[in-house]
Amino acid sequence: MKIGVYVCHCGGNISEVVDVEKVRSFAETQPNVILARDYSHMCSEMGQQLVLDDIRKNNLDRVVIAACSPQFHEKTFMSTVESANLSPYVFEMANIREQCAWPHFDTPEVATEKAKDLVNVAIAKVTLDEALKKKIMPIGKRVLVIGGGIAGIQASLDLGDAGFKVYLVEKSPSIGGKMAQLSRTFPTEDCAACILSPKMADVPANPNIELHTYTEIEDIKGYLGNYEVTVVKKPRYVDVEKCTACDNCTEVCPVVVPNEFEEGLTSRKAIYLPSPIAVPHAYVLDDKACLGRFPLACNKCYEVCEPGAIDSDQKSEKISFTVDTIIVATGYDIFDAREKKVYGIGNSKNVITALDMERMIVHASEGNPLKPTGKRIAFIQCVGSRDEQVGNEYCSRICCMYATKLSQLLKRSDPKRDVYVFYTDLRAYGKGFEEYYKRAQRTGVKFIRGRVAELIEDSQTKKLTLKVEDTLTRQIIESTFDLVVLSVGLVPNEGTNKIASMLKLAKSPDGFLQEAHPKFRPVDTLSDGVFIAGCVQGPKDIPDTVAQASGAAARAIRLMNKGEYDIAPIIAFVHEDLCDGCGLCIDQCPLGAIIPSKVVSVNEAICRGCGSCIGSCPRDALDLHCYTNDQMLAEVKAALVGKKDGETRILAFADDMTAYRLADNVGTAKMSYSTDVRIIRVPSGSRITPKLMLQAFELGADGILLGESEAKSSPFPHSVATIKNNVSKVRDILKEENIEPERVRYAEFVTVMLGGFVNQINNLSDFAKKSSPISDQQRKTLLKNLESRLQAIITKRKQWLKIQMKYSLTNSGR
Amino acid sequence: MIAKVVISSENEDFLKKIWNLSGQEITLCDQCGICSGSCPMVSEMDITPSQMMRMVQLGQDEVLESKVMWLCASCFTCTVRCPRGLDLSKVAEALRQVKLRHAIDHIDIKAIPKDELTILPQIALVSACRKFTG
Repeated sequence: MKIGVYVCHCGGNISEVVDVEKVRSFAETQPNVILARDYSHMCSEMGQQLVLDDIRKNNLDRVVIAACSPQFHEKTFMSTVESANLSPYVFEMANIREQCAWPHFDTPEVATEKAKDLVNVAIAKVTLDEALKKKIMPIGKRVLVIGGGIAGIQASLDLGDAGFKVYLVEKSPSIGGKMAQLSRTFPTEDCAACILSPKMADVPANPNIELHTYTEIEDIKGYLGNYEVTVVKKPRYVDVEKCTACDNCTEVCPVVVPNEFEEGLTSRKAIYLPSPIAVPHAYVLDDKACLGRFPLACNKCYEVCEPGAIDSDQKSEKISFTVDTIIVATGYDIFDAREKKVYGIGNSKNVITALDMERMIVHASEGNPLKPTGKRIAFIQCVGSRDEQVGNEYCSRICCMYATKLSQLLKRSDPKRDVYVFYTDLRAYGKGFEEYYKRAQRTGVKFIRGRVAELIEDSQTKKLTLKVEDTLTRQIIESTFDLVVLSVGLVPNEGTNKIASMLKLAKSPDGFLQEAHPKFRPVDTLSDGVFIAGCVQGPKDIPDTVAQASGAAARAIRLMNKGEYDIAPIIAFVHEDLCDGCGLCIDQCPLGAIIPSKVVSVNEAICRGCGSCIGSCPRDALDLHCYTNDQMLAEVKAALVGKKDGETRILAFADDMTAYRLADNVGTAKMSYSTDVRIIRVPSGSRITPKLMLQAFELGADGILLGESEAKSSPFPHSVATIKNNVSKVRDILKEENIEPERVRYAEFVTVMLGGFVNQINNLSDFAKKSSPISDQQRKTLLKNLESRLQAIITKRKQWLKIQMKYSLTNSGR
Repeated sequence: MIAKVVISSENEDFLKKIWNLSGQEITLCDQCGICSGSCPMVSEMDITPSQMMRMVQLGQDEVLESKVMWLCASCFTCTVRCPRGLDLSKVAEALRQVKLRHAIDHIDIKAIPKDELTILPQIALVSACRKFTG
């Protein structure tokens, strides 16, 4: 093995504090290091050339560069190393700028000592580096879009136009979703059906889109590039190809049921056209309402259908296909206003929802009103939104503007009407919204700021008296209306739950699906290749939904377009000789990447390399490439080897995403912190096993800090739970050996918490200094204690597996 | 005439006091007014319950001079309807406590003639003091 070490001056940034020559000559004396150089700017072309030449001339097979933080130049040097035909993973950086020169600028000698330690750590790691290659995985061009609302339609059309194969699955008999039901769109007042129907018609016309209506997802298995999808197509009993939508069947059908598309305000027959703009434009036979096909009870529709489109023998059909990526666009449900009993919907006939009003306005504009609206109309805002009493803390975002729209449409169609909107706060945040609100005010709609407290129906006249405080004048208004419209909020769609659990998607506290990052990955999820668009992610209006849908399509194309994608080799693997198939690790992986068997294995396409599983194995059989157990132990050893008698050493394991970058930011801000700390970079704090922590104590650590990203912005939201669990295990053992358990700590960080980071480090260092030192005897017993605990776990697990086998609670062969 | 009101940092003390006594996160109130609309006693009040909350938010101890907390029937209608989950009857109770702790004597015991004192039942004096001064 031939290691080359390079120490960078960083044009003085490093060399003015750290004695570069001392670090260089220290490195030279380390085993396997055949040369050590220093240079003013390693990242410059000349600096990179230096490395290239040495690799070629002196046959280096490992490279360490002591310079700035890897977040700046790791990629640069990786490609340098790669261009010399070495694996980019046989290279390490020692961060002697952000972690030595900058934070410890006032103590140059200590900074130099620390720099030596960091170089030592990097050498220890690089010695054990495996020559890994980036894994190239093939990927096709097939997408599953779930949900045929405007989000699903937009995403499908974008993908279809770009030449990708789309399977669009919609559970109802027609695509179009909620938008098809709306009257007009705010703030431009386009007719919703008129602008939507051409888009709907484009879907079956697109040769790349395979449309499955009246179809539900039964199962999805797999991973990016290989999702196996099974759907069930419900029988429609009408041949879509043959049906000419002539309406003869509806005329003769004797069964009358409420029409869902009209929100039950009108009726339909058992055989019906889902909506006037339905796509596919074909009738459906409602199996539950029909008088009966077996035995044939009525058969009138069959008799009158000239093209012979009615097929009462249709069966539900299972279809399976494989896709590479998935877009979830399952939308929302409107809040069930019956939950808000005080507003009496369902009991009072003149209380309706805003969606009812949308349909009423459509029909009124066509000249056939569904019901009289009366002279006085009130809108009640925030029904089911911003209300902890029904468990919905969030604002539904669209109700202010749709009420502004509906109220002025009503007022303009008949200026003699009195239209009132009772609101909590009026939020006109979007483009053209404030102007639209102003237009409503000019029309004469009265906006009153107050949340309606009570609604009482007169048993004779059926008029409604509402009671509300005008919070701007502090008057209590008691006023009577002919019609009250509830501006109902949006709630997560019932059907989304099933899909979320199949695809292992997380939910945010409001119940909608959680995006991968709230700012930078708004349509991604933490399941690779699964994207979300529209109201499934949270309430939003049509333009936002369409933008998100196009965004999701673009993100899916980004993954598929090249025909292959590479994954970093930082993934878990199994030491097969150590694994006994006990399966303790399986539930530890939230992505389900561990495949149970007699010897477990890791699905490389799913694993994202957090390392959470490793600590759960009582036999050290699990491991992580690039951060192997041996490497971690070697790094810990190297970090502690320079510790002199009477010194204190704190090890901080910092996650790559946040804590490590935070330490960099602290360094950049030249904020000093305890020089006792040695920071070790890990993919996630959950990679640090209880065993490794105890090994660190055995080797001389006086305190351990695990720094992790906040769960909500972490690529590994589950890791904090694992860390807590691991830390409490270590604390238990420390307590038993009479060592202060507070020597092990963890903290959730965000990258701007500079002071918080400094405090955590300093507090732990002070605590370790104040506490009585750990004796060698104590250090030695820690691992024995752990070993006996692990043995107990293994024994218990074996007994449990025996019981499972005996009573066959398990179907796997373990 | 509209009087100008000064809101200074001292007002924070009153807010904190009511916050601590009631255990309610007063600043969460978003002034929707559902409490006032729901209140069966509001027609008798000089200020509405939501106004009471507003004044406490701003730390205006003038709220102690209002009748609102004395008229509160503790029927909890506002509490079960508050969309922010605030318990207004606890806030009213806190205001009553603060007012009572001011210990304003409504009876000047010294002014009662001695001969009358001797015939007054002791419990009458105690309850008279307790009732108004806490």
